[in-house]
Amino acid sequence: MFAEIFSILYQFADVFAFLILAAAGLAIIFGMMGIINMAHGEFITCGIYVTVICVQQGMPLPLAQAIGALSAGLVGIALERTIIRHLYHRPLDSILATWGISLMVTQGMLLLLGSSWRGIGTPLGSFQVGDYTFSTYRLVLFGAAIGVLAGLYLVFMRTGYGIMARATMQNAEMAQALGVRTQHMYAASFGMGAALAGLCGALYAPTMTLIPTMGITFIIESFVTVVVGGANVLLGTAPAGILLAVVRTALNAWYGQIAGQIGLLIAVIVVIRLLPEGVSGWLSRRER
Amino acid sequence: MSAEPVLDVVGLHAAYGSTPVLRGIDMHLGKGEIVSLIGRNGVGKTTTMRCLIGLVRATAGHIRLRGQAITHLPPADRARLGIGYIPQGRQVFPRMTVEENLRVSQLAGGKSDPQMMERVFAYFPILKERRRQSAGTLSGGEQQQLAIGRAMVGNPLLLLLDEPSEGIQPSIVRMICEALKSIRDQLGVTILFVEQNLDTIMEISERCYVADKGTIVAEIGRQELHTSEAVRRHLLI
Ligand SMILES: Nc1ncnc2c1ncn2[C@@H]1O[C@H](COP(=O)(O)OP(=O)(O)O)[C@@H](O)[C@H]1O
Ligand SMILES: [Mg+2]
Repeated sequence: MFAEIFSILYQFADVFAFLILAAAGLAIIFGMMGIINMAHGEFITCGIYVTVICVQQGMPLPLAQAIGALSAGLVGIALERTIIRHLYHRPLDSILATWGISLMVTQGMLLLLGSSWRGIGTPLGSFQVGDYTFSTYRLVLFGAAIGVLAGLYLVFMRTGYGIMARATMQNAEMAQALGVRTQHMYAASFGMGAALAGLCGALYAPTMTLIPTMGITFIIESFVTVVVGGANVLLGTAPAGILLAVVRTALNAWYGQIAGQIGLLIAVIVVIRLLPEGVSGWLSRRER
Repeated sequence: MSAEPVLDVVGLHAAYGSTPVLRGIDMHLGKGEIVSLIGRNGVGKTTTMRCLIGLVRATAGHIRLRGQAITHLPPADRARLGIGYIPQGRQVFPRMTVEENLRVSQLAGGKSDPQMMERVFAYFPILKERRRQSAGTLSGGEQQQLAIGRAMVGNPLLLLLDEPSEGIQPSIVRMICEALKSIRDQLGVTILFVEQNLDTIMEISERCYVADKGTIVAEIGRQELHTSEAVRRHLLI
């Protein structure tokens, strides 16, 4: 009995971690700038490949993962400075531009890196509860997801950058008129969103085989979570992660993986009907 | 005018798209003056204020702050040079606490003074009481005090207020007027405010610019202001 309960909790934690880690970067960029970053998957891919290359060069995994996340962040800042910043008041153009970037990067990587690479293997082995075997690394991923949420909370609620970033999110003109350099806020937030996408890739790198289009593996979950959560990372992404993880874990357990995937999409449709601004829009309306 | 010049506006033009809205605004304010800008709805008062802080681009003319040309600087730089902007409708950050609203300008301000936060609480004690409350839940009068306090935390030499009495009960308006006068008396801050309310205009302004169709059509001096007639006439043109 205990083993069954643990198994369900473990699967919930696994799905929750995947949703949160996949969505956090996308949610920050959308919440801060209203930009739907179609190249989100390529930032994730960047984190994966940099991590794998570093490990293959003999670096310890955690260091390689940090470098993977940082490089995605730097690429993000470079992209923001050169292209994205011209598109802040043109949401449709920004979708097209980031989508174009996504296509070019994916095709470029297919040409440059070939179609598949050897993975690096999941570390930390497994443990046993009752008759079930579980991967220890999956628990690390759950811890990382909680860590990302806690870190975002601290950054946005407790730091000077966070206060200025929230002011910019709520009323960019007014923030400017008070002296906030909103372009810096945008660049920093875009970099942070890209770095979190890179971190997602870096954390999942040891669990998958590498192909240049693997960013797609994460895309459905990340967009679904952001759509359900709404524009606010703190109020939206975490509750959306819990809600969707419950739906998916239950359907996975009863009807299998395909049902879980379909259930996720149905959950989105239901939430959009009931709460057009997502969970965070609904929560902040109730607050007022 | 003998006082040291703080704000000089010469021939300011601005447009929304191809529709001209400002067609040559001229104003000169010296240190420590309290001047009002009046005129009917839609003559361009708010546009003038937004142009002064830089949220609307000037298509011609000059703006100088203490002699320095700021006409083409972005809003954040103007704020850091000492302009405190209090917009029409207050525009506090609704989902942040009172204290966080104040911290925004403290963090952003180029030359912010740690004493300023306490000073603001002394001018507007209600803000200290409500410091942990989210700004969206404050009353209109409290939000107006917060908007002024927020601008003051940046330690400005010039305050721009756009209809500070709009929608606020008279006793709070009087209290805000008193606070503005002490801000001027104690800190030498220059104040330009847009106003429709005759009582408020008479209460604190020492001089008055009258705007119509995007230009300044009259200036009412200290002497004339003693009788409310001139002001009343222009408000009702
Ligand atoms: N964002 C805008 N876009 C287009 N026209 C505007 C905009 N804001 C104001 N206007 C027009 O500019 C004129 C001046 O407006 P405003 O400066 O707000 O006047 P006031 O503050 O004196 O009432 C009005 O005719 C108004 O309709
Ligand atoms: Mg107006």
